[in-house]
Amino acid sequence: QDKEYVGFAALPNQLHRKSVKKGFDFTLMVAGESGLGKSTLINSLFLTNLYEDRQVPEASARLTQTLTIERRGVEIEEGGIKVKLTLVDTPGFGDSVDCSDCWLPVVHFIEEQFEQYLRDESGLNRKNIQDSRVHCCLYFISPFGRGLRPLDVAFLRAVHEKVNIIPVIGKADALMPKETQALKQKIRDQLKEEEINIYQFPECDSDEDEDFKRQDAEMKESIPFAVVGSCEVVRNGGTRPVRGRCYSWGTVEVENPHHCDFLNLRRMLVQTHLQDLKEVTHDLLYEGYRARCLQSLARPGARDRASRSKLSRQSATEIPLPMLPLAETEKLIREKDEELRRMQEMLEKMQAQMQQSQAQGEQSDAL
Amino acid sequence: MSKGFPETRTDAAMSELVPEPRPKPAVPMKPVSINSNLLGYIGIDTIIEQMRKKTMKTGFDFNIMVVGQSGLGKSTLVNTLFKSQVSRKASSWNREEKIPKTVEIKAIGHVIEEGGVKMKLTVIDTPGFGDQINNENCWEPIEKYINEQYEKFLKEEVNIARKKRIPDTRVHCCLYFISPTGHSLRPLDLEFMKHLSKVVNIIPVIAKADTMTLEEKSEFKQRVRKELEVNGIEFYPQKEFDEDLEDKTENDKIRQESMPFAVVGSDKEYQVNGKRVLGRKTPWGIIEVENLNHCEFALLRDFVIRTHLQDLKEVTHNIHYETYRAKRLNDNGGLPPGEGLLGTVLPPVPATPCPTAE
Repeated sequence: QDKEYVGFAALPNQLHRKSVKKGFDFTLMVAGESGLGKSTLINSLFLTNLYEDRQVPEASARLTQTLTIERRGVEIEEGGIKVKLTLVDTPGFGDSVDCSDCWLPVVHFIEEQFEQYLRDESGLNRKNIQDSRVHCCLYFISPFGRGLRPLDVAFLRAVHEKVNIIPVIGKADALMPKETQALKQKIRDQLKEEEINIYQFPECDSDEDEDFKRQDAEMKESIPFAVVGSCEVVRNGGTRPVRGRCYSWGTVEVENPHHCDFLNLRRMLVQTHLQDLKEVTHDLLYEGYRARCLQSLARPGARDRASRSKLSRQSATEIPLPMLPLAETEKLIREKDEELRRMQEMLEKMQAQMQQSQAQGEQSDAL
Repeated sequence: MSKGFPETRTDAAMSELVPEPRPKPAVPMKPVSINSNLLGYIGIDTIIEQMRKKTMKTGFDFNIMVVGQSGLGKSTLVNTLFKSQVSRKASSWNREEKIPKTVEIKAIGHVIEEGGVKMKLTVIDTPGFGDQINNENCWEPIEKYINEQYEKFLKEEVNIARKKRIPDTRVHCCLYFISPTGHSLRPLDLEFMKHLSKVVNIIPVIAKADTMTLEEKSEFKQRVRKELEVNGIEFYPQKEFDEDLEDKTENDKIRQESMPFAVVGSDKEYQVNGKRVLGRKTPWGIIEVENLNHCEFALLRDFVIRTHLQDLKEVTHNIHYETYRAKRLNDNGGLPPGEGLLGTVLPPVPATPCPTAE
């Protein structure tokens, strides 16, 4: 009977071992106006204290503040699996009196990551490509409004084809249960009306048991997730300590499904769909970007321009990306050209550096 | 309103004046204390009762404006304050309430009665404030409305044949709703209050305060107070208008400890400990609106209605309105505004920055 056993059923284990060794990268963007509990929620989700050193500037300082993009990295290890989590923050979003176009830096950032990946993918050394693409964007909606505000709609429409959006309602302990339901319904209606595509949690397999299917359906219905975050541990009436917020009228328990959707969010984001988010980012969103990019380059004018300016120094946006390959040889030629161009650039950089150090050494103003 | 003898200004005070000085409230001359060797009872103290009777007959006006982003519970709070449906309420989710593209001013009047006293209450709502992507100058329609009411009153005042009781549509009080972010004020909050604290009494409140724990509330309030101070924003009760030491101590306590009031509003009642209370019912407890351990609604209500209502009207009339009036008369070359009054009855007011005796 051993003869009929081939043995590739062990493949998943091999993959598993490889990925455990390799570790896991994930980039999560958190967006929404300030004061909606974003940082607290991230700290609660990943049981870290990423925002310890953060200082929120006062209103008068924010009058002229523009949106910045901040990245924070943290390595989390659990059960032998290492996750390198990168958090992208957007402080200043929605703060100013005039927020027109305040989402453009975010869009630009997301596309920059795609562009970087595209270049890396088309380059020669592809063994260690760093994937800095944004795999998921948690967008925080205010519980104090009556649904999506004009700024929310504008932001979501600008990024929904470029990143997986998971909408959440922040500080959900501001709402009574009926209000939460009504707000969620309003947001869902608005998303449909404005044709905003949020991340679709995939259908569960048909061979899963009924319980799992029901749980899965319930979780999907609770989108947008109404969340409450807390890093403080409280004792609720003498029972075991839980993470929550203590008010004079009662204590909100973060991990109590009757109080908020924190558990649902954590389960769906971290425990079951982390990999799917990466795959959708790569297979759908990135491919969409790549196709758009290459199509625009395949226009006649762009082709001539690209071939003419191959060896001269160029700005980052004008680097001729490899065309849609017509034949294998052409592809090779272009790859070689790329390599040549890069070496040229490096050479020039080194020359400039040498000249600079020479000038410094001689202490003259030459050059 | 009777005007007593205004305080005369010394030269020292003049040199400290800023371009648009605000006249101190007219204070009646302090009575010379009479040697209390009065024989018998005169009965002057019945004047209080006479005034009360008159007030009850005529009733009085009160105009309150609410400003803040949509969804902060403005209408609910006003309804809770006056225990009636006095505000345009758009909290019903089924209604198609589109956020207006520009700030609208909607004034709704109601007559409410309590203990034989009639109040004509007007609630002025400002939907659209702070809701757009670009909120530059969104306070301008509000400032314009307030000034228009001053203008209306001024026109009535300068009429030759004046009405016995000039209808008062001036905004006596502006409740500004601060979003409970827990961090600090927003740039828009600062801009609004900077512009409007000079024309109207602003009372800042922290809306939907049931999202903050006690520590968070206290820290937030401290930060807000400091920010307002640093930016030179004087909210009601303004320090410069405290009339005497008693006022000052009372108001100091309110200014430095209680304000801005962290409020919660509700129009639903629940049963708590055998009593029916206004509140919000959540899975983790019931928030009682009038319970001082839960929020400061009762403080706000007592402040606005039970202790400072009359003062709000007086400051509006004696300070804000007078500032407006002085500016208008100055702009008009000392002549009162309006047609048909050129060179007639009133002598021109000298064009100095400081109005002296009338």
